[in-house]
Amino acid sequence: MSALIDNAGYIYGAYAITFAVVGSFAWRAIRHGHRLGEEIDDADKYWT
Amino acid sequence: MTTTSDTLTDAPAPARRRGTGTPATRALGIATIVAMGWLVAFGLGFSPADRDQEEAVRILYVHVPTVWLAYLAFVVAALCSGLYLFTKKHSLGFDRVAGASAEIGVVFMALTLVSGMLWGRITWGVFWQWDARLTTTAFLFVTYVGYLAVRNLGGSHRQRARRSAVIGLLAVVEIPLVHFSVEMWRSLHQEASVANPTGGTKMDGLMLFSLFVGVVAFTLLYVWLLLHRTRGMAMQDLIEDRGLDSALADRRSEGAMS
Amino acid sequence: MTRWRIARLIARKDLRIEWRSRVLINQVLPFAGVTMVMFAFALDATSVLERVAPGLIWLATLFSLLILVQRSFGVEADDGALDALRVAGIDPIGIFWGKALALAVQLAVLEIVLLVAAILLYGAVVPLGGVVLLVTTLVTATGGLACVGTLYGGLTAGFSGRETLLPLLVLPVVAPVLIGATRAVEAALGTGGVALSEGWPWIGLLAVFAVAFGVGGALAFGPLIDESN
Repeated sequence: MSALIDNAGYIYGAYAITFAVVGSFAWRAIRHGHRLGEEIDDADKYWT
Repeated sequence: MTTTSDTLTDAPAPARRRGTGTPATRALGIATIVAMGWLVAFGLGFSPADRDQEEAVRILYVHVPTVWLAYLAFVVAALCSGLYLFTKKHSLGFDRVAGASAEIGVVFMALTLVSGMLWGRITWGVFWQWDARLTTTAFLFVTYVGYLAVRNLGGSHRQRARRSAVIGLLAVVEIPLVHFSVEMWRSLHQEASVANPTGGTKMDGLMLFSLFVGVVAFTLLYVWLLLHRTRGMAMQDLIEDRGLDSALADRRSEGAMS
Repeated sequence: MTRWRIARLIARKDLRIEWRSRVLINQVLPFAGVTMVMFAFALDATSVLERVAPGLIWLATLFSLLILVQRSFGVEADDGALDALRVAGIDPIGIFWGKALALAVQLAVLEIVLLVAAILLYGAVVPLGGVVLLVTTLVTATGGLACVGTLYGGLTAGFSGRETLLPLLVLPVVAPVLIGATRAVEAALGTGGVALSEGWPWIGLLAVFAVAFGVGGALAFGPLIDESN
């Protein structure tokens, strides 16, 4: 039990950092896409 | 999706609002989030503590997926570099996939190093060990940071693509050399082999399942990120080309007037 | 013009420029010497210094390599000479080997001076039996370093803001040379009780490295310095 309490910080920290970094990377990618997407016709986008 | 209408002719102007998302990526994104939820539930909750590592094994359910996906990302980058250089069309699409994949790989590799250090702090008592695998992983990370820096050197898109592809392929040569020399180096010190995070541990059913969930979740994430970043880069290249075209047009009209 | 002739001409040109400007002698060697002194300040104990002398020699070599490479391509970039050579249709493989050869000569001089500095400042001793290993190490390590330096120097030459990229690219790549050359010199000098025979496997590594970058670098050099579309 004490092992969990002592190490809880590291374990939760690892998950938290991972999701925080991944989340912010994903967020910025989407935002970048939206910003640029407004300047280009949909016809020029190969995925639409 | 709204269309604006041109007041003079009443013909709808082209809709130009969309970003990098499509129905497919939206579905993929939802699947990713669900999988990540399962990962947290199983990784932090349902799976048992390991007999030797105790609770520290939970970190491995994010650490191992990130390292595998980082390797996958770098392999994809190297493959696309080769495809760009050695196919007749020299399609810039390959260059963009390579760049996006390397970006994602660097992020995942950084996460691997961080989570690995936290795991190491619990199990070994130290944040870092100079063993062959860790050292090579750190080198891989720095090498691809350098690759990303080369991509930003400027010049035309073709120059960027050619330079990056060459550097990307050189990385495939460098990494084995570094790995081999570090292995030779560490074997001199005759250390007791450092605990292999997954190898040494006897994983029971639920633990293996949690790991599996982690790998699935991060693979979905990788594909999702790759699609969005590649499309974002395609738009960036398009805008830069337009900027160049309009600058050239301005220059020409200046010349015509004088 | 054969590649070898091109290489010789370019190597001679670079070395002549170096001889006339004496940048190596006046600036790079003093820099390397200062570095060796700085190491002594940082590491304090004489026993430590003697034990790590081989490593310090190669560290000082690597830092000086960065400066030498900047210099090697700085003379080209100033007048757009490299582009002129490319446009004239000169085989880039020849250019690569020529510049690498000139760089290797300068590196060799540097390394010998650093070895002498280590003997004088750190109390390193060269046993007679270790001389062959020592010389072989110098040759193979220098070959590899010169090829890597020329390759990445060509990539980062020219445009402002690109030179700062050189250390970040070069140092990770030459890590195997640092590891191998240090271990081999330790064996040659017998530091830390390392046996002479343990040095030769490292020579193998250094040789593979030199060949890999001699060939790979030559092939990659053309596309990398080509600023045309």
